[in-house]
Amino acid sequence: MAIVTAPTKACAVNPLKMSQPIGGAFAFMGLRGAMPLLHGSQGCTSFGLTLFVRHFKEAVPLQTTAMSEVATVLGGYENLEQAILNIYNRTKPKIIGICSTGVTETNGDDVDAYLKLIRCKHPQLAKLPLVYVSTPDFKGAFQDGWGKAVARIVEVLVEGPGANGLPDPLKVNVLPGCHLTPGDIDELRVILEDFGLCPSFLPDVAGSLDGHIPDEFTPTTIGGIGVDEIESMGRAGWTIAIGAQMQRAAEVMQVKTGVPFRIFERLCGLCPNDEFMTFLSEISGRPIPLKYRRQRGQLADAMLDAHFHIGGRKVAIGAEPDLLFDVSGMLHDMGAQVTAAVTTTQSEVIERIKAKEVLIGDLEDLEGLAKTHNCDLLITHSHGRQAAARLKLPFYRTGFPMFDRLGAGHQLSVGYRGTRNLIFEIANLVIAHREENDQPTPDRWRTAAGLPRCSGYRSSTGAAGRSVA
Amino acid sequence: MTSLAATVQKIFDEPGCAKNGSKSEAERKNGCTKQLLPGSAAGGCAFDGAKVALQPFTDVAHLVHGPIACEGNSWDNRGAASSGSNLWRTSFTTDLSETDIVFGGEKRLCKAIKEIIDKCDPPAIFVYQTCIPAMIGDDINAVCKAASQRFAKPVIPINSPGFVGSKNLGNKLAGEALLDHVIGTQEPDYTTPCDINLIGEYNLSGELWQVKPLLDELGIRILSCISGDGKYREVASSHRARAAMLVCSKSMINVARKMEQRYGIPFFEGSFYGIQDSSESLRQLARLLVERGAPADLLGRTEAVIAREEAWVRAAIGPYKPRFEGKRALLITGGVKSWSIVAALQEAGLELVGTSVKKSTRNDKERIKELMGRDAYMIEDMTPREMYKMLKDAKADIMLSGGKSQFVALKAAMPWLDINQERCHAYMGYVGMVKLVEEIDKSLSSPMWEQLRRPAPWEALAKAMEQMPSPVAAIACDPALAETARRARKICVCNAVDLGTIEDAIYAHGLSSVAAVREHTNAVGGCCRRRIEGILVSDPSVMRQAAE
Repeated sequence: MAIVTAPTKACAVNPLKMSQPIGGAFAFMGLRGAMPLLHGSQGCTSFGLTLFVRHFKEAVPLQTTAMSEVATVLGGYENLEQAILNIYNRTKPKIIGICSTGVTETNGDDVDAYLKLIRCKHPQLAKLPLVYVSTPDFKGAFQDGWGKAVARIVEVLVEGPGANGLPDPLKVNVLPGCHLTPGDIDELRVILEDFGLCPSFLPDVAGSLDGHIPDEFTPTTIGGIGVDEIESMGRAGWTIAIGAQMQRAAEVMQVKTGVPFRIFERLCGLCPNDEFMTFLSEISGRPIPLKYRRQRGQLADAMLDAHFHIGGRKVAIGAEPDLLFDVSGMLHDMGAQVTAAVTTTQSEVIERIKAKEVLIGDLEDLEGLAKTHNCDLLITHSHGRQAAARLKLPFYRTGFPMFDRLGAGHQLSVGYRGTRNLIFEIANLVIAHREENDQPTPDRWRTAAGLPRCSGYRSSTGAAGRSVA
Repeated sequence: MTSLAATVQKIFDEPGCAKNGSKSEAERKNGCTKQLLPGSAAGGCAFDGAKVALQPFTDVAHLVHGPIACEGNSWDNRGAASSGSNLWRTSFTTDLSETDIVFGGEKRLCKAIKEIIDKCDPPAIFVYQTCIPAMIGDDINAVCKAASQRFAKPVIPINSPGFVGSKNLGNKLAGEALLDHVIGTQEPDYTTPCDINLIGEYNLSGELWQVKPLLDELGIRILSCISGDGKYREVASSHRARAAMLVCSKSMINVARKMEQRYGIPFFEGSFYGIQDSSESLRQLARLLVERGAPADLLGRTEAVIAREEAWVRAAIGPYKPRFEGKRALLITGGVKSWSIVAALQEAGLELVGTSVKKSTRNDKERIKELMGRDAYMIEDMTPREMYKMLKDAKADIMLSGGKSQFVALKAAMPWLDINQERCHAYMGYVGMVKLVEEIDKSLSSPMWEQLRRPAPWEALAKAMEQMPSPVAAIACDPALAETARRARKICVCNAVDLGTIEDAIYAHGLSSVAAVREHTNAVGGCCRRRIEGILVSDPSVMRQAAE
């Protein structure tokens, strides 16, 4: 049981957290022909847009209601109405996803009522789905926004049982958490299809943000799950939710359609994937394909090869709860110690993280903990680069945003194969760092007068140092 | 009228701006930015503008008073470079929670200021106001004033909440804050007759350092750069400069003009992008300084440096000119950069098919017309779809723009070059010009484009089939056609019996010998005996499929 500590500082330094509205907008980006719309001042959108563009290196659709000072005082009805009409006329979207921001939540805009009014006034919008989700900036974090948005999409769009033809036991709904990359989602799609299952991913960012080149320019999302497919999700035999953040969406789905669900909190690591494969085999009635038996062997071998390098490492991780739970769990399984763990928001998985203490805090906290506990591996998103440079630690980038390296969308961590890749990447990073920074010298083990004997220069310097630490 | 509203009105009344001066009183009140259109706006907000303008001050702690979105989503995203402190890259925010919004965030702000002073002890703290604390009535001016006194340290309020307007307005509000609270509050250690201020230069990718060696050579000292690689003490004592250059005219004209008014520092608008502009700027600087008492030989020395540099840069660019012949570029960028880069590209021999003037002033537009001729294609507001079409139709060979529109070009498999703030190369001064030309050449001549524009193999085959009925292509595209072709192969040449007929007979009647095949078909079984035997032993499943 980890002790969860909340912050006492007045000033967050080097934030780890991103805001809820852009998490919500991100969920809408996994829908085909969608236009996410932030109801707030234009900076809210512009910052989020830049962040997504730099992470995915893709064109990203994201619009704003451009709330001015006056509109903020008088209420945002007109801005919302104008924004929806403008988007409708200019980009012909299949769906508009609306997220509120701090500004419009503080002044108390009743968006649900606004949408009713707008629909009355503009009958041409009758067939355009408008999904609104309340995501104030001053509460929660990125993954909360994502979870809420998916739950709302299910609530608004999925049709009840029997509305869309007969149930199909081979159809499976997958509700992936925002910590899965487009690459992860593609990997899961292949796994499910290899069991003869027919998966629908909600949201499907692999369809829209996997970096493909479309034939035509579209101002909305260029792929993802279609509205009609979402409507028919009630026909599925099962719902698989990945990450605790998706619990609410899965529950809403079950209440609405009766489709049973199972949550997989982790898909990185050997045992979580054994469970996953067994479950797929049960629901599909098929044996686990040969391919995965081989992949499991490869993962086992990778673990054997890499445990020399990962085992015993003192790791500092900063990530959103579900990603932290997944990655720290895998590293713990490999024999690493999760010495410093910092996360962004409350979640029921935090207490079960395999660490003494989990702090809801920022990157300054992570850096401080990594320093005092002599951690020798830092894992967080790209904003950790300054801390890694100051602490001279090997630095593995994961999570959102990852703006200073390429291929963020294709980083893999799920399945036997994804876990194997992740283990190799982290182990290689550790090896390279040791080669570059830790050549032994004749004086390395010499005891300076008056100083206690130690086996290494500093504890981050390799196997010898760690054995006493 | 609140003090913020008054400040905004003051900014809208800008005698240094010709466009503003030509407006009527009523028009002026509406401000210089177009009303934002909900649902099709794309730019940053006033807070963004203020932060962008001031963040390059390297030794200052920049504290954002607001919920996580304002700072958490945007920090460490600019490529300004520092020669000293890295404090500016550390992000500080009060990360307001729901309780703060109910009870007010002033106490939290005050505590945050104290925490920063305890931890980093910076020469000054800039506190940025954002929308939500502005709405709930947090008085950051009062908090900053109290904190300045209590901690005996400049704590400067930057009152530019996002919803008051555009990024550009934010730049100016940041300038107002400097004028009100910073400039003139300290004295420099010493002064020289060649001290200058650079205003609106942000040292992105360290490009200021491409020009600084020339200034050093001429004995011109940058007393303060606002704000690239700037230090608090420098800007606080910048009122002692002898002359100033306004680098990004759109962003901080109010600072330059008011410093001229208050301290008599003459300024001019210039640019270090492009050869002519660089030379002109150096000349102007020398002239202004000499007018204000610098030694007169500065003019001659400046001309000598310009002549040397121009000769060098023309020689360096020369080899590229034939390579760029007939190549057309499309320029999508904001403000001052459009005309200065237009000139630069033309010197390298590129033809410009269009340039955006969305953020340009009337003066900028005049300059562009002068440079590009009457029929210059000035793009007011181009939608991404139009940009994409323009590139796809190959009306342009390369697009130069900011990061947000890069994918329009890249997805059209068109060369693209980043010339905005997120870029990783420096393009300033004479050296930068050569670098820009080098980068354009690298991009234009990359063998990758050719490969990317080639159709995929299946598309190529489909096309070939359309254009000429090539049997090979047709078979490769269509499995059914391939099967028909296979079955049409003649087995018995004498009686013209094909493979399909024999396979069908074998399958239908379960034949197993050549004699049986002869019975059921017209095949002679003489010279074709071997071939029939071969068919009989081949995989029966293939045959069954064929028969079906």
